[in-house]
Order: sequence, then structure tokens, then C-alpha cells
Amino acid sequence: MNNTPLLQIQNLTRKYPSPEGDQELIVFENANFNIERGEFVCIIGHSGCGKSTILNVLAGLDDASSGVVIMDNTEVKGPSLDRGVVFQNYSLLPWLSALNNVIFGVRARFPDWSRKQVKEHSYKYLKMVGLGDGAEQRNPSQLSGGMRQRVSIARAFAIQPKLLLLDEPFGALDALTRGTIQDELIRVWSDTDQTVFMITHDVDEAILLADRILLMSNGPYATIAESVVIDIPRPRKRAEIIHHDAYYPIRNHLVDFLTTRSKNTHQMDPSTPPVLNQQPLTVRPGIVPDALHLNTLPTVSNKFTKNRLTALTGTES
Amino acid sequence: MSTTLKARVLSVLLLLGLLCIWELSTPRITDAENMTEYELLMGGASEEARVPPPSAIILKAYEELTDPLYDNGPNDKGIGIQIAYSLYRVITGYTLAALVALPLGFLIGMSPLAYKTLDPFIQVLKPISPLAWMPLALFIIKDSEASAIFVIFICSIWPMLINTAFGVAGVRRDWVNVARTHELTDFRTAFTVILPAAAPTILTGMRISIGIAWLVIVAAEMLVGGTGIGYYVWNEWNNLDLTSVIFSILVIGVVGMLLDSMFARVQTAVQYQE
Repeated sequence: MNNTPLLQIQNLTRKYPSPEGDQELIVFENANFNIERGEFVCIIGHSGCGKSTILNVLAGLDDASSGVVIMDNTEVKGPSLDRGVVFQNYSLLPWLSALNNVIFGVRARFPDWSRKQVKEHSYKYLKMVGLGDGAEQRNPSQLSGGMRQRVSIARAFAIQPKLLLLDEPFGALDALTRGTIQDELIRVWSDTDQTVFMITHDVDEAILLADRILLMSNGPYATIAESVVIDIPRPRKRAEIIHHDAYYPIRNHLVDFLTTRSKNTHQMDPSTPPVLNQQPLTVRPGIVPDALHLNTLPTVSNKFTKNRLTALTGTES
Repeated sequence: MSTTLKARVLSVLLLLGLLCIWELSTPRITDAENMTEYELLMGGASEEARVPPPSAIILKAYEELTDPLYDNGPNDKGIGIQIAYSLYRVITGYTLAALVALPLGFLIGMSPLAYKTLDPFIQVLKPISPLAWMPLALFIIKDSEASAIFVIFICSIWPMLINTAFGVAGVRRDWVNVARTHELTDFRTAFTVILPAAAPTILTGMRISIGIAWLVIVAAEMLVGGTGIGYYVWNEWNNLDLTSVIFSILVIGVVGMLLDSMFARVQTAVQYQE
């Protein structure tokens, strides 16, 4: 198995020319982070910190001003079927039925497949997100917001990308629908080895879904400040997760970041030289400090935490 | 009773009412015995030169429509033949226009450079009355038939061109991004995303164009002469046969309506709801 991370983001910076033209607006600067294979990573930050821009750069829909994105040891340039995207506004083609929207993606991904094969594959994924029995024949306008997002998720999973990018996929949904689709997303994700990178505003959603949460400081001059490991075993259930010992320490840590610590110090003094190649600080609020010793570690079924912990303690010793 | 049905009934009643008024307000032709000396001298001309009553037109319509394809030489052809000539010109000119306007409109819609380059030409050429091209067309093409087709071509090109460009330029960025993230080639993006997305707008342009083409063909054929429904109207006016004139006006209206409803149907087929 390949040990390099699936995705490496190095010193990613995005600048926009200011309307006056004299000074550039730096949205985020020298963002560094990695994503492991099969990992579910959420990114949280205030509006305007450039989360969506990072996602668009990863998708290849936008270009960074400097810095590189490396996936599988190749630099990312332009959009590709290796990186599937689910947009907040679903982005379904309204003149195609739900099934044909999925077929659209599958046909692009597997051009050599027969019509029947494409259709069966597409239908399988629609079924996975709970759409079928006639609903697949309806056009997006005849579907509710939740169902549309399900179609969009099915389309993204059906093309089996190496990396799935979700841009606030549940932002436009009501709380109840959001809960159901979160459960579905988790179920579909556990059945596959899909690597997911997701933007969200919802702290609870992030804790429920993610292996790791990246925290972004406020823009301009935003950076990836922390990488918070979610030490809660899977499978996680929405009703049970809040009773887990690690839940509130993690949640408090995230909320505390968003309310106070997200204010960027660099922003106050733009003259400080930018720091290159700095990985975000790894934080594990779910583990009580005196337990942070390899022998007394709580058994965590999370498939990545072990590697990371060794790496973390390794550098410390 | 549904509103549609009510409206239908009212339409029929309104038609019957208007026809009655028209029929009753048309003066009767007096018998020859009752004519004054002067009227006899004029051959009853003043009474003949009236707008004919609807009954005469219905009779005329019956005669013409039961035998639409007769051909008694250049100046006496059945209404079916005349309509066929007009439709042939409209369809030929219109198809040629579509072949130019749709690809060109696509290009203009996709490329801001092409748009800015061609816009001044379009702005100047668009408001020119299609018939103003006629003398130039006749001189260059030296064929009245082809000139009529050219006039149809030039009048139907603009709405199609502008609507295609507008529709293509207005395709939602999200849908284009969907095509991009699926690594679609430009060619496939054009046909599987941009074309269906812009189709309703394009069809609106095509529908406006066919309407204009049908308006213009009548005028063009009055000028060009020989065959066609426009020529037929003018010829019957020269014959002082107002019954035929009114009959052909109605035929022009009905054919125009059929053409439009055809496009309306296609438009509904490509329409989508966001």
C-alpha cells in the first residue's frame, strides 16, 4: 500500500486583485495539509475565509495564485473525473431525469461500458441513497431539495472518484432532511473506500462525519490553523454520539476556535514574513491529556488515528 | 364548465355575431329589372365593387378548398399550389438561415471576442427591412425565385442568431462546471449541456423567425410575382376579385398559425423547469 497521502496541499495561496488595483486581496495564504486515502476530512471556518476557493482549486475549477496540489504524486491541473464534486446547489441538469443525471456522470467516467451496464450501475447508486421505485424517472424540478441532493451525491459516488469534494452539501436543507442524508452519506461512505473532503458550517455535522476537521482562521490572510482529530469510534450514530466522552471536549474546542481563536494574528500585521510549509497543528481534544501515552491510549477503531498518533508522539520524543 | 370550454363557446358566438353583422350590413345586389337607367349603364358596377358578404367568401372557400391543386396556366392556379410555392420558399430560406445562425450564434455566445467583433454588424443589419434587400438581390442573383428565398433568409436570420447567442451565453455556470468536472470534450459539452440548456431560448428565436418569414413572404411575392400566396392576393386584387382576396387573407392567417403552433409544440418539448 502506498504510504504517501492521497492529497498534498502545499503553500496554497489565492490572491484577488483589488478593485483599485493598488493592493492585492489575499484570501488565504500558504495553506498546507494532507488527506490520507479513505479519510473523511471536513473543513470549517467563517464565511470569506476561502473554504470554497480551496475546494474549487482542488476540483480544478479555479486556479491558485501560488502553491501546488498534488494528488497521487501528480500535480492537479484542471478538472478531472478523479475528483468528483457535489455542489451546494445540487447542479443537476434540469432537463434530465434523476436517473439520467447519474447516467450522465457514469457514461463520462466509463465510456466503454454498454448502455445496460451504465444504467444498472447508475440505478444501484440511486438506490443506495434511497431513490428508486419511480422517483428516478422524475426531473429535478419534481424532486424536493433533499432528494435532489441525494441524486447529486449518487452521481458523485457513482463515478468512483479518488477524491470526493462536497461543498456544503446540506447547507440548503432543513434539519430533519439533513439528518437523514448525513446518515445515508455515512453509510455510502463506509461501504466504499472513498476519500472525502467536505466544507461545512455545522460543527455537529462535522463531528458526526469526519475523521479529522481542519479549522481555518478568518480571512483575509487565512490559513489552516488546526487539524482536529475526532477520537470517536465508528460506526457513529447521531443519537449516541453526543453521549460519548470525547464529544463535548471536541465540540467545545471547535466552538471555542470559531468564536475566539479564529481571529488571525497575521491579519493584524501583514508585514510579518509568511511561514512556508507549516502543517496545521494536530489537536486531539477527545483524548484527556494525561492519557496521551502510547501504552495507555484508548482503543480507537478509527482507521487513521493510529498512524497519526505514532507520527505525533514520534516527533515529540 | 371549464374556463377553456367557456372561452371556446364565446369565441364561436363572437364569430357568428360578427359574421351576422357583416352579412346583414352588406347591401343586396338589386335585380337588373329594378335598376335605374344609370345603374344599367354602369353594369351594376357600383354594387359589384363592394366588400363581399361572408356567405360569398364561404362559398368561394368551398370551391377553392375542394379543388386546391388545379392548374389552368400561369394566372389561374389552385390555392394549394400557391401555398406550396410560398411554403417552399419560406422553408428553403429559413433552413439556410438556421444553418448559418445557429452555429454562428453558438460561437458568439461562447466567445466574448466573437460577440464584440460581430455585434456592430448585427446591430446595423438587423433593423433593415428585408424588402430593402430586394433590388440588390435581384441585381446580384438575377433570379426572382432565388431573390425571394434570399429575402426570407435575411429576415429570419436575426432573431435566431441573437437568441442563440443570448441563450448560449446565459447557460448557468454550474452546468458548465458539471461538464468540466466530468471531463467532457468541448464538442460533447456543446451538445449534451449547452444545447439542451439553451434550447428553449433558441426555439423562441426560431419561432419568432418563422413568424417573420411568413409575414415577409407575402410582401416578397407581391413584388416578385409569378407564383405563391402573396402573388395570388395581388393578382386577385388586379382582377378586382375581393372575395378571393379576403379568402386568401384568411388562408395566410391559418397557415401562419399552423407554422407557429408547430414551433410552439417543439418549444414545449425542449422546455425544462429549474
